[in-house]
Amino acid sequence: MYYIWLIPLLPGIGAAVNGLVGIRSFSRKVAGVLACVMMAAALGISGVAFWQLLALPAAERAFDVTVAQWIPSIPLQLGTGAIGGFQVPWGFRLDPLSGMMLLVVTGIGTLIHVYSTAYMADEPRGGVARFFCYLNLFCFFMLMLVLGNNFLVMFVGWEGVGLCSYLLIGYWYEKKTASDAGKKAFITNRVGDWGFVLGVFLIYSTFGTLDFRAVQKLAASMPVESAHFGVLSAICLLLFVGAIGKSAQIPLYVWLPDAMEGPTPVSALIHAATMVTAGVYMVGRNAVLFSHAPIVMQIVAIVGVLTALMAASIGLVQYDIKRVLAYSTVSQLGYMFTAMGVGAFSAGAFHLMTHAFFKALLFLGSGSVIHAMAGEQDMRRMGGLKKYLPVTFVTMMIGTLAIAGIPPLAGFFSKDEILFRTFLAYKAIWILAVATALMTAFYMFRLMSMTFLGTYRGPAWETGGHGGLAPHPADSQAHGHAHEPDHGVAHGPAEPHDVHAAPAHDGASVPAHSGAAAGVWHGPHESPTPMTFPLMALAIGALVAGFVGIPAALWGNNAIEKFLEPSFTAQEVRLKPDTTENARQEAGNQEPGSVRLQPDREAEPHASQSTELGLMLFSVLIAVAGILIARKFYVTSPEISEQLATKWAGAHRTLSNKYYVDELYNATVVSGTFGAGRGLWAVDRRVVDGAVNGTGWITVISAWFSGLTDRAVVDGLVNLVGRICEEGSFWLRKLQTGLVQNYALLMLFGIFAFVTVYLLMRWSF
Amino acid sequence: MITPTHYMLLSSALFIIGVAGVMMRRNIIVIFMSIELILNAVNINLVAYSSQLQNAVGQVFALFVIAVAAAEAAVGLGIILAFYRNKETVNIDEMNLMKW
Amino acid sequence: MGQAIAFYTLAAFILGFAVLVVTTKDTVHSVLFLVLDFLFVAALYVLLDAPFLAVIQVLVYAGGIVVLYLFVVMLVNLKRPPEAHHDPHRRTKLGLFLAVAVLLELGAIAVYQTTRPVLSVPGAPMPVTGNTEQVGWLLYTSYLIPFEIASMLLLVAMIGAIVLAKREL
Repeated sequence: MYYIWLIPLLPGIGAAVNGLVGIRSFSRKVAGVLACVMMAAALGISGVAFWQLLALPAAERAFDVTVAQWIPSIPLQLGTGAIGGFQVPWGFRLDPLSGMMLLVVTGIGTLIHVYSTAYMADEPRGGVARFFCYLNLFCFFMLMLVLGNNFLVMFVGWEGVGLCSYLLIGYWYEKKTASDAGKKAFITNRVGDWGFVLGVFLIYSTFGTLDFRAVQKLAASMPVESAHFGVLSAICLLLFVGAIGKSAQIPLYVWLPDAMEGPTPVSALIHAATMVTAGVYMVGRNAVLFSHAPIVMQIVAIVGVLTALMAASIGLVQYDIKRVLAYSTVSQLGYMFTAMGVGAFSAGAFHLMTHAFFKALLFLGSGSVIHAMAGEQDMRRMGGLKKYLPVTFVTMMIGTLAIAGIPPLAGFFSKDEILFRTFLAYKAIWILAVATALMTAFYMFRLMSMTFLGTYRGPAWETGGHGGLAPHPADSQAHGHAHEPDHGVAHGPAEPHDVHAAPAHDGASVPAHSGAAAGVWHGPHESPTPMTFPLMALAIGALVAGFVGIPAALWGNNAIEKFLEPSFTAQEVRLKPDTTENARQEAGNQEPGSVRLQPDREAEPHASQSTELGLMLFSVLIAVAGILIARKFYVTSPEISEQLATKWAGAHRTLSNKYYVDELYNATVVSGTFGAGRGLWAVDRRVVDGAVNGTGWITVISAWFSGLTDRAVVDGLVNLVGRICEEGSFWLRKLQTGLVQNYALLMLFGIFAFVTVYLLMRWSF
Repeated sequence: MITPTHYMLLSSALFIIGVAGVMMRRNIIVIFMSIELILNAVNINLVAYSSQLQNAVGQVFALFVIAVAAAEAAVGLGIILAFYRNKETVNIDEMNLMKW
Repeated sequence: MGQAIAFYTLAAFILGFAVLVVTTKDTVHSVLFLVLDFLFVAALYVLLDAPFLAVIQVLVYAGGIVVLYLFVVMLVNLKRPPEAHHDPHRRTKLGLFLAVAVLLELGAIAVYQTTRPVLSVPGAPMPVTGNTEQVGWLLYTSYLIPFEIASMLLLVAMIGAIVLAKREL
């Protein structure tokens, strides 16, 4: 296990090679294969490392590797006034939590890399290499984030994945909306990162170290701040601000729907499966800290459930297939935070894993649909695609059932665990979570119905290869391009994705790929094998991933929870033999509260099996109800939905416009920032520039006087001397005629003068 | 009776004739010959007074003057030749490079 | 009386040839007049009891220096009249005027000096008699160093003349 540092390094090498060499000289295939091979190798190493981790006894499942020293010991003052040694190594830590994340990131990452080779096949050559460079770089940073054993290494990964997210959202940077979405994601994340950095500062100031295990150990020895808001609560709140930004919770969730401007594999990998879960992972990683700050835990739970409810309600009325999934992602992330907030760290992490499977599956499926529809993303122009895309339909249906929580698919177990634990903790939050579950089932089946069922509503296509290039006579106006002018009008007023035809699908130079790439579109079609294979693999994952966490109520042993348990507790507690023995003996998911360090769990009743079973039945009924309502609205009698939309026009408009949150932010934060900037600019121009200019003017004026003196007096004297010399020489030089005899004449004149003087002297005597 | 005054007047006249030659001729060779006339005027004066004063020192001085005249003639004529070689002329009015 | 006739005759010739030297257009003629002039000066030296100097005058001046002039005149093969170019800046008339003025002044001085008694300054008694011997005596006793310097001067002048006149060194 000493080689775990290779896991992030391999995608890093792939990114470096693709970025430095590939963009110039690699073909599409070479770039894609290189990236895939690097990811597959990372997956293989991760698998071996995870296997070795499993082979260890449960109490010792943790491993630290220090690759190199990063920051040498720097004396820095702590909050207590003492001088601590600020020392950070490049350390990696493999424990159950990071091991699970490792498998999720490398596994789903590899599948999405494979998928991308086909999805991005119509991009220009250098663009493909650039794409895979970014994608590999993302995996490098994500694995760094997951594996880092201290806050600073995690922060490197944290910032790196934010950077890659920005780069990949803006991958089609020629598109204004894409580059704007990238900037929005980056700037919104900055707000969260600000909180995260402050939290890290406070951690160092409080504990004098940044190592996760050391911090946990020290924090475990501090009293639980159940009544007051102490330093641990402050740390947790700041860290949670970071998690809010990264994991798209209220109020910083606005970037995630816009991030759908990126290529669909990116949406699947970064904005559904891995990066956005980094916040959840970070909270889980600091479970001991959060356990000591119950006030913050409540905040986390409330923010999580409100986000889940709000995003799900917006998702009810969206028409863009990717946007529905984006709000679904926000909603599911809210679920995870709810779980974290009620102390069910294992359940949250479990849901993180299962969600990664089915949400990646759904995104890739939507990508397959978009691919088949030649860039079309509006569900109103789809319908009846079941017969054209059988594999996509079946796999997406599995994903939909999983997210809706139908047993025995993955989502059922994780979501039910969260609901159960929420029910035990706060009934009000449970009610909201159940409402969210109902909406989730509804909007997902609405998506499936509008896309795959019913009748085809999309544009017509060329009738086979023999029909030539002429458009279909009946539908020439609606011929299959997403750029047609009447198309944007059909959208809701606030939907910014009107220009969503991928650049992949324009330009005649792109080689014809499955008939959809070139100018002639031959109708919806099943995607090529490299795209369907990851769909099938993820569908299997969505089917079986839940089985690792069958709860005790269903006569399982909840293996995942026991496996993850050590990561959420402080080390020395975990190492007590009696507690581990105790944990083994406990068949259910409940342990003595002293071990779990989770205050909310202390009152958990032992005989909750019947309650849990009842809740399960209830949530399944809720999910089935949501499915049936969606079926009624969108399959059997579609007119009901339209009637409802007109009847509740205000609510519908509010939801379509996403509660006007973007507008609110524009009006407050964005324009406030602009206004502040303008104000500061005015101050700068008036006051600062005025002072500078005043100084300048004083200098100029004094210099003018100085210059006047210089010119008049000093220069005058110098010029006077010069003028005298010039004028004198002007006359005197005329003596220099160059004629010898004139000089002789002067000599003669001298003789005459002397002789005359002599004569005068003689006469005077 | 011929007194030194006569010789003095003679040498003055010869001197002035030489000076006039230097002043008005443009042929540099003639100018040099005029200078020889001037030197001869000096010599006449020296020898006249030597004779008058019964002292041979004047004649020794005249000898030195002749030696200087020989040297002057040699160098001067060398200069004339060099100049002539450059400018194909012995006209002193064309020797006017050293002026403003 | 004879001495006066000789003086005036010689003076007339000296001045006349001198005027011819400076006025003759032809340079060769001018040189020849210069030779004649020097010969008459030599005669005047004889009249002044300086026979050695007279001989030297004939040998060095008339025979050496003037021949040098004659060589130069021959070497300088004038293709155009030597006095063709006349620079208007040259103050010839002023020069002539000054020359005449100086002549008049010198004449005045000479005439004025006759009214004064001529002092006789006999030299140091010499062990030799005769003009040549006396000059030789003086040259090799009192004026030995100037004599040697004169020889040095002539040597330098010779080298200088060679350097100046030679085309290529």
